[in-house]
Amino acid sequence: MPENPKYKKDEFKQGLSRRGFLSSVGAGAVVAVSIKDPAPARAQEIEATGQTPEIQLHVNGSRRHLLVEPRWSLAYVLREVLGLTGTKIGCERGECGACTVLIDGKPQYSCLTLAVEAEGREITTIEGLLKGDKPGPVQQAFMEEDAFQCGYCTPGQIMAVEGLLRSTPRPTIDQIRTGVSGNLCRCGTYKHIFNAAEKASRLKNQGGAS
Amino acid sequence: MTFYQDLEESFRNSSIPTPPPDGTMPAWKETKIVGKPLPRTDAFERVSGKAEFTYDVILPNMVYAAILRCPHAHAMVKQVDTSAVEKMPGVVGILTAQSPGTDIPWYGGRGGAQSKLFDPHCRYEGEEVAAVAAQTPYQAWDALKAIRVDYEVLPFVIDPEEALDPGAPKLFDSGNSTGGGMPSNRGDVDKGFAEADVVVEQTFRTSVQIHVPIEAHGSVVKWDGDKITIWDSTQGVYDASMLEFARTMNLPYNNVRVICRYVGGAFGSKLELGKYTVIAALLARQVGRPVKCMLSREETLLCVGNRPEARMTLKAGVKMDGTLTALKFENFTTPGAYSSMAFVSMIIQELYKCPNVSTVERGAYTNAGRARAFRAPGFPEGTWALEQMMDMLADKIGMDPVEFRLKNFAEISQNSMLGRGRPYSSAGLKDCLVEGAKKFGWKEARERKTDNHHIKRGFGMAAGLWMMGSGGPPYTAEVRMVPDGGVTIKTGAMDLGTGTKTAAAMVAAEELGIPYENIRIINADTAITPYASSSGGSMTLPSLVPAVRQGAWIVKRRIFDWAAEAMGVPAEDLKIDGGSVVSISSPEKKQTLEALFRSKNVLDVIAVGNREPNPADKVVMPFGAHFAEVEVNTGTGEVRVVRLVAANESGRVINLKTFENQVYGGMTMGLGLALTEKRVLDRTTGKMCNVNMHDYKVPTAMDVPANHEVVPIDLHDNDCNNVGCKGLGEPGHVPAPAAIANAIADAIGVQPTYGPIDNKTILELLGKGVNHAE
Repeated sequence: MPENPKYKKDEFKQGLSRRGFLSSVGAGAVVAVSIKDPAPARAQEIEATGQTPEIQLHVNGSRRHLLVEPRWSLAYVLREVLGLTGTKIGCERGECGACTVLIDGKPQYSCLTLAVEAEGREITTIEGLLKGDKPGPVQQAFMEEDAFQCGYCTPGQIMAVEGLLRSTPRPTIDQIRTGVSGNLCRCGTYKHIFNAAEKASRLKNQGGAS
Repeated sequence: MTFYQDLEESFRNSSIPTPPPDGTMPAWKETKIVGKPLPRTDAFERVSGKAEFTYDVILPNMVYAAILRCPHAHAMVKQVDTSAVEKMPGVVGILTAQSPGTDIPWYGGRGGAQSKLFDPHCRYEGEEVAAVAAQTPYQAWDALKAIRVDYEVLPFVIDPEEALDPGAPKLFDSGNSTGGGMPSNRGDVDKGFAEADVVVEQTFRTSVQIHVPIEAHGSVVKWDGDKITIWDSTQGVYDASMLEFARTMNLPYNNVRVICRYVGGAFGSKLELGKYTVIAALLARQVGRPVKCMLSREETLLCVGNRPEARMTLKAGVKMDGTLTALKFENFTTPGAYSSMAFVSMIIQELYKCPNVSTVERGAYTNAGRARAFRAPGFPEGTWALEQMMDMLADKIGMDPVEFRLKNFAEISQNSMLGRGRPYSSAGLKDCLVEGAKKFGWKEARERKTDNHHIKRGFGMAAGLWMMGSGGPPYTAEVRMVPDGGVTIKTGAMDLGTGTKTAAAMVAAEELGIPYENIRIINADTAITPYASSSGGSMTLPSLVPAVRQGAWIVKRRIFDWAAEAMGVPAEDLKIDGGSVVSISSPEKKQTLEALFRSKNVLDVIAVGNREPNPADKVVMPFGAHFAEVEVNTGTGEVRVVRLVAANESGRVINLKTFENQVYGGMTMGLGLALTEKRVLDRTTGKMCNVNMHDYKVPTAMDVPANHEVVPIDLHDNDCNNVGCKGLGEPGHVPAPAAIANAIADAIGVQPTYGPIDNKTILELLGKGVNHAE
């Protein structure tokens, strides 16, 4: 893919902390605005973000070439552009965790990740945990333990547990709590989520495929 | 809260034409499927990401709407200038008060509209001013920023007591009082207090709690000529959405199709038509394309409901033997900028046997987001006051709190609205108290007081009930069986995550004698599924599953009639087993369902089950008693809830796992009301300070105890309906906040009467020995 000279990809490539993200958003806005001539009115400034560089996303094992605005979140691109609506939007500000996906195996908020930041990295969504049309072990555990009510935060909870178990195959209850502490469940099914995480750990360690 | 009160008779009786066959449905004795902890019928959809929520609907050629909202607590819109927006990339539609079709009255119900879709008089931060549609949501948000609005900022009032001052800024020409007062009296409270040995009077407060469903409110709409399809994140595809939308837009009911198979949380906040639905529809008509309009998190925190604060005074009289003699209760509240409903005094009138009770509820409009129904509206608040008062009285007369409550146990309903003097179909409170205390180890716990260091341990409990857990008609379910024994149930009922679809499948499987896996549920689509009232008031399960059972029973009886004729066996001697109809007395006599269907040359048997009326001579009421163990750090004021036990009597348990889950969730939400959740308004601007989920503190995985148990109480209530079940969502929530407060009081020796009980409150309680919430 030819490099777009106006668009400095490397600025987005680092894994960012939440604090780092906020400062980079500021920087990103400057980059975006400077693409065109400085505009007089505020509305004009906002217009300038209509640039859509082409990027490549690695989602659930497949490679997707896309045109995205630099400001588009990964969550938006996964859902509204790629149609992977299993990843949910709850707050769009990194507070609820409904949009949690794995990026290079680690749970990340896809609403706080720009699509351009995720370029070239391995993205796994809830759809990617299915084996064909069979649930993966964490999904299976959530079904058996009734670890959801409305089901809206559930994909994010499952991705958080999946990420936890990849780094900590036999978590303690405190590690489980911490592992899902960034994922709000307003229905309040936390106890069943704890149970499901424990069961998923057993299912995975019994030799079920990851 | 009669969601179907205004419904036309034709709708009410929509499914009556299928008469039930002769004979009565017997109560189940033993059950094979009902009661088991089975995985949900839609578990796969919910864990795989395949469940389609409103937010997930993506239509070809769809555009995105966003709504401009007033940033001031109180303002008058002088001018809206959208000229800059029209040229912006991606923008396809603009809607303001000047656009045709927007002059729509809003709020205030049939008593007279208090506002409009775009009212120039903005009475709270977040009032709708204009809207746009664009190719992407980003472009729509850009466009909002480019709309220039000239506001005349007005003085505001956010405190309800200040709102009644003669000089206070007025929200309405008629003033700020919400009127009414809903006074309710029985007996003579003055006489009751004179008879008492001990009289205690205390003020209590709860703060504004916000629903915060994780799926925001919103709709996706698509016009086909003069017909519209709406995917709406709603609690009722019929009452809350389709019927109200049709009336609002002057459309025939039949032109409006509403679909909501999955809704990502609601808790009462999605029981009414949203302005966003109408805005999306008007924009979609303007631009000739489908429109998606999902609110942002900030919008949901500001604009789509809350549990209003309660400022309560309760005076109670008791004799030394523990007999309650009088309760006098006042609540003062604010619904925010427009009228809303809560029933704070109801539990005072109903929970305990008391001959003399007087209650009154007053309120004032304020420049703040409007309240909506919220999980047992008024009950957790009233229970917060009543159940803390019960502990204070028990302490004064030297009686154990559980014993004291048992002493005042009521077997009959006393409240005039619910039907004074009628007995409960099952009076479960006593068993909840006794069995809950046993499971919790109440006596041992209260005696075990050893902590002398800065962490104080406390044990508390509270009881509760919920007034609408009976459910009732009209409610319908279509049951269809095909020759291989597969069954499809169609119902307009919602499944908000409470497991109603699962319960329906289990009840149908039980009645028909077929495997649970054979059942498929199609729900919440007004073009396909028959009428069901909105999911609110814990009414869905006890309304839906009796209708399902009746439908299944009619199907079964029709097939048994064929089999009786074919096999020469009386219909009463038949059952369905393994895909065949089998004689109970002579099991060698059997016919496959396939053969029976073929013999009649039919491919399906369809029946509509109706929810029959509730018993006229009984009051159907679910009960609960909740127990809490807490640790209070007297150095930091931090409270940790270390253990919770719930005993809930909601009739027959359909699915043990979803039953427990529902109560865990209710108590977790109660923990939020007690300890962490509070809307904070800035006194200098009237704006909300914590308009996000970081500062508005919904309980997290770190806040809840892993040690959490649920004791289901089943008293075999065969009177309430043909399945014997009552609602659980709300009674599983109501007692929890007060139980936690009472546990804290046990730990620190001071009653924490003002909620939420945050660290600061605890330290103030410890430092001064009296309560100062503000």
